[in-house]
Amino acid sequence: MSKDLRNPLARARGLGSAKEGVSHWMLQRLTALALVFLTLWFVITVLSLIHADYATARATVAQPWNTVLLIALILTMYRHAVLGLQVVIEDYVHTRWLEVASLVVIKFIAVLAALTGVLAVLRVALGS
Amino acid sequence: MAQTGRPLSPHLQVYKWQVQMVTSILHRTAGIILAVGSLIIIWGLVALAAGQDAFATFTACATSVLGTIVMIGWTLAFFYHLSNGIRHLVQDTGKGYAIESFVRSSWLSIIAAIVLTVVVWAYVLMGAHA
Repeated sequence: MSKDLRNPLARARGLGSAKEGVSHWMLQRLTALALVFLTLWFVITVLSLIHADYATARATVAQPWNTVLLIALILTMYRHAVLGLQVVIEDYVHTRWLEVASLVVIKFIAVLAALTGVLAVLRVALGS
Repeated sequence: MAQTGRPLSPHLQVYKWQVQMVTSILHRTAGIILAVGSLIIIWGLVALAAGQDAFATFTACATSVLGTIVMIGWTLAFFYHLSNGIRHLVQDTGKGYAIESFVRSSWLSIIAAIVLTVVVWAYVLMGAHA
């Protein structure tokens, strides 16, 4: 007697849980918690720079702690965004090819945006 | 999803309007706005790395009339997603699900978002004229 409670047809078709739901849920919350602190720090930092000139803005980003927190913000932000957008797409896009295409596109854009942001921060921090 | 043609739950058209419906929908809307808006941060950082001229173009766009409207909307989306996100984190611990406190915390996250947006923009705009 099998302990698998799934319908045999569903199993044959390969449908059912991918067993990734819990880690998706946990990572969404973990990144959310990190972003509470990172985004508030970012807003305060930007507000402190609104009347600053170009050199001051560059010097601020080049401060080691600011560099680290900015890179952490960029990576966490895009990880969180992809998890969230994925759920929205899965809930509302009911045309299968469009759903899959959207899921791929948001991941491509998020990775490119994150890498571009990190490179920009490093260029400022390392002064090249 | 199978195209069965059956009506899907939730049947929003037969529900009485409730604030907790709005906070749920707005949370997703604000999340999408923030995901798109994150590209402005990347643009700003790339401009900062590219040089003084590129950064001047960025700040000119960001402080134009249209740019300011976008920034205010973005700020509101941010503070709403933040306050309602904290509300969701609290609810994830199992607290605040009684109907009364659920409705109260819904209003709280909306009001907190508006107040924080007003405070930040009062600071920015009053500083600009000082």
